[in-house]
Amino acid sequence: MARDDDTLVQLLTPDGERVDRAVGPDGVEYSVDLTDAEYRGFYRDLVTVRRLDAEATALQRQGELGIWASLLGQEAAQVGSGRALRPQDMVFPTYREHGVLYCRGIDPIMPLSLFRGVDQGAWDPIETRCGMYTIVIGAQTLHATGYAMGIAMDGKVGGDDGEAAIAYFGDGATSQGDVNEAFIWSAVYTAPVVFFCQNNQYAISEPIERQTRVPLYQRAAGFGFPGVRVDGNDVLASYAVTRHALDHARSGQGPTLIEAYTYRMGAHTTSDDPSRYRPPAEAEAWRSRDPIARLAAFLGRQQIADETFFAEVDEQARTEAVRLRERVLTMPDPAPDSIFDNVYPHGSPLVDGERERFNAYRKSFEGSAH
Amino acid sequence: MATESLTLGKALNAGLRRALDRDPKVVIMGEDVGKLGGVFRITDGLQKDFGEDRVIDTPLAESGIIGTAVGLALRGYRPVCEIQFDGFVYPAYDQIVSQVAKMHYRSRGMVRLPIVIRIPFGGGIGAVEHHSESPEAYFAHTPGLKVVTCSNPSDGYTMIQQAIASDDPIVFLEPKRRYWEKGEVDAEAEAYPLHSARVARPGTDVTVVAYGPMVRTALDAATAAAEDGRELEVIDLRSLSPLDLGPVHESVRRTGRCVVVHEAPSNVGLGAEIAARVTEECFYSLESPVLRVTGFDTPYPAARVEEEYLPDLDRVLDAVDRTYGW
Repeated sequence: MARDDDTLVQLLTPDGERVDRAVGPDGVEYSVDLTDAEYRGFYRDLVTVRRLDAEATALQRQGELGIWASLLGQEAAQVGSGRALRPQDMVFPTYREHGVLYCRGIDPIMPLSLFRGVDQGAWDPIETRCGMYTIVIGAQTLHATGYAMGIAMDGKVGGDDGEAAIAYFGDGATSQGDVNEAFIWSAVYTAPVVFFCQNNQYAISEPIERQTRVPLYQRAAGFGFPGVRVDGNDVLASYAVTRHALDHARSGQGPTLIEAYTYRMGAHTTSDDPSRYRPPAEAEAWRSRDPIARLAAFLGRQQIADETFFAEVDEQARTEAVRLRERVLTMPDPAPDSIFDNVYPHGSPLVDGERERFNAYRKSFEGSAH
Repeated sequence: MATESLTLGKALNAGLRRALDRDPKVVIMGEDVGKLGGVFRITDGLQKDFGEDRVIDTPLAESGIIGTAVGLALRGYRPVCEIQFDGFVYPAYDQIVSQVAKMHYRSRGMVRLPIVIRIPFGGGIGAVEHHSESPEAYFAHTPGLKVVTCSNPSDGYTMIQQAIASDDPIVFLEPKRRYWEKGEVDAEAEAYPLHSARVARPGTDVTVVAYGPMVRTALDAATAAAEDGRELEVIDLRSLSPLDLGPVHESVRRTGRCVVVHEAPSNVGLGAEIAARVTEECFYSLESPVLRVTGFDTPYPAARVEEEYLPDLDRVLDAVDRTYGW
């Protein structure tokens, strides 16, 4: 499959040179006009989510998490798109969107409790306007589409208080029927939804060539809505493209497919070994496109930030990571009979009866040597 | 409408209409449910009266119907999804069992998905393959889902409204070959709990447990058995998950004999569950093992031989006879 770099929307080169404006495949011009404080804020986010992610990987290696899906390399795609969201927008993530959650203001302990196994990722999707992690690939794209249909039915498009939904998924998910059904549904109902695909080049071990013969963003045309490929390692471009797509949706013009072209620097999860399926030179080549290094180069060159700032950000990220570690280690296990909680909103004789027998059984051991 | 004689199909239509009327958050979605009124006309006239945003014709993709219903429910709607035929529900199976069934549990109760999934199910209408199946066990086996089925117009009218009003995700199975059978529907009748079995015909000699399309068959068998001097007690389960086996246990303690009837294959079917639980609960009352009368463990056969496959009055009576053989 051709890389097709000509169509890549980029506002910051890998060397940290600012591109004034970029034109997408659909002729849309993308640009950003940020304050110095906002540039620094992006940098702080990138460093922090990478540091928290590294801490989680370490915790898994030490046996404190059952598994971890690292976002290493995808920070810019997640922070750029996450910061483009408005408070009223609704997010439908897959299981690697720790950076999006961070931008959404969700306590970083939340996804960790899922991977540690003390719950199933139970943050409040309504309160936080961010759905729970979805592990079945692509299922959430339909949820986002249905939610967006509801936005339109509520008349919350077209005005200043317009809302949009955004669905996150990977390149592997584009092979799923659900994703294609979500494309069809969103197009025919003009649903205010943005499909944000992080093409990190691999679905566990399977390269993008095993998912598609055309660049993914081009698929949108067949469904009747715009598709755009953005440099997913460029936080500014990811921000600009997502903000435009969200505005497009909330103004009533329907869906957009964004393909954030990026690379997963680590394993799919801590369970696999990328050295079995990826040539070492490939990751090396992508290292030169690192999203944090390029923003740092830009900030330094433009004198938006200095060494003191970089050191302070590192220190703050480290402090957050240490706090996160402490909280993970002291996270209590759930009560044994919580197994039976919340199967049904108003209970069920079957489950309630099982809980009673389970508790009676456990009680029968009280006072014994066990 | 006070008491009126309606077909099951019309009763369901009336129930859906009332639910749409009562709660603006109720939306009906499915293939051909709008202008056509559904292939069985169960949603007939509803789009005309409630609009295209309340009765939504969808693209032809079942996973999409259920998956978008999840999103609508998260947005505060109460989607009622129509799956056109039983054998078409499988493309939506992942959304139903992995997403719909589990989201309340996963979110520790913060998310409710009050989704109803209506499925015309079962055989007996001379259809081609994928149009006559009984998939209830797949759903009854899934924690987080509730599964119900009606056997007559009165229950159809009441139960569909109860299912829509319920905060649980509910698989609502409609016995398609009974759509055209008439019965009295009292719109003012007092509602009963959705998950409660009923004694469809009292009797003293053998307890016959049935649901959905087989209730009529069991009642016909009871009428025939009465001519031979045997009084069958017919119990209509109405709810398949959770099962309301209290009335069954109570009945079996009196009769000492139990026959379970369903169209679905016997292997790992509802009959096995019911037999196990009745045995556990009524062991010292039983005069014979609990017997099952079911479809065979084959794919649903071609229409010209479906009468051989479907449990009928004679097979029920044969099983009743066999309970006297121990």
